[in-house]
Amino acid sequence: MLEHFNKAFESKARLGIMSVLMVNDALSFNTLKELLNLTDGNLATHLRALEEQGYLSVQKQFVGRKPNTTYAATNEGRQAFTNHLNALEAFIRAGSLQSQP
Amino acid sequence: MDSSNQPLETLTEIRDLMQRSSKFLSLSGLSGVSAGIVALVGALVAYLRLKTDALSYENASQLSELTRREMMKFVLLDGTIVLIVAITLGIFFTRRKAQKAGQAVWNDTSKRLVVSLMIPLVTGGIFCLAMFYRGILWVSFPATLIFYGLALLNASKYTVRDLEYLGLLEVVLGLISLFLTGYNLLVWAFGFGVLHIIYGTVMYFKYDRK
Repeated sequence: MLEHFNKAFESKARLGIMSVLMVNDALSFNTLKELLNLTDGNLATHLRALEEQGYLSVQKQFVGRKPNTTYAATNEGRQAFTNHLNALEAFIRAGSLQSQP
Repeated sequence: MDSSNQPLETLTEIRDLMQRSSKFLSLSGLSGVSAGIVALVGALVAYLRLKTDALSYENASQLSELTRREMMKFVLLDGTIVLIVAITLGIFFTRRKAQKAGQAVWNDTSKRLVVSLMIPLVTGGIFCLAMFYRGILWVSFPATLIFYGLALLNASKYTVRDLEYLGLLEVVLGLISLFLTGYNLLVWAFGFGVLHIIYGTVMYFKYDRK
């Protein structure tokens, strides 16, 4: 069963990033930072890892003269995250069955 | 601290994160109550000034040109004041609630909320102005209810789901009002006044008081 767990979503920060991007079309770097309470560097590292997996799409643009980067979950990312959640759910269910007398 | 609880806490946190990131939850129940009171006062002023519910379809033809223009000016002014005071108080209570919860008032979700609210609302406003311009005064009363209801329905995606019910009620009331032309002001006062106060009170006890 454990082979369905996706290594890309192992940390809490990445679970958080994927979760909020599942319910929002796209979010900016700063919004993500505020929501998740992460430092710039920390967030950037996690985002890059998810982007390299092809789970996030990144759009860079300028608002006035300020760079504004927004992130969105790709279809592949949504699918992978859903699979991961299903695996977690199955794991928890199996665990709770075993612990019952 | 039991370490086996940690995954569960993480899940709760993530669920909260998903809610907070997609919905603006600082909308205060007191905003609804204050908007309702302001609307009732506005309707009462209109009733006292016009002395009658003379905005109905049947009576419209009996008015002379001068009193009709005066009446339009008065209704427009009254409506505008009600709108501005209600919005100002609404923003005040919502800001207060957000500050108490330590959350930002002006963020991505509240922007989306305002945009989704404004599109039907501005459409309705222009529609009503056009009706005024054409001299069909009475239509504005049901129309404001209908467009406001649609605006709430549209905006409910970005805040508590309960707003949907208020929106639907306003639309239904507006549609009824299109046929009950003799009671325009009364139905309007009920929709914007009484319904707001009831909704605001329910929301206040459901979400705000903790």
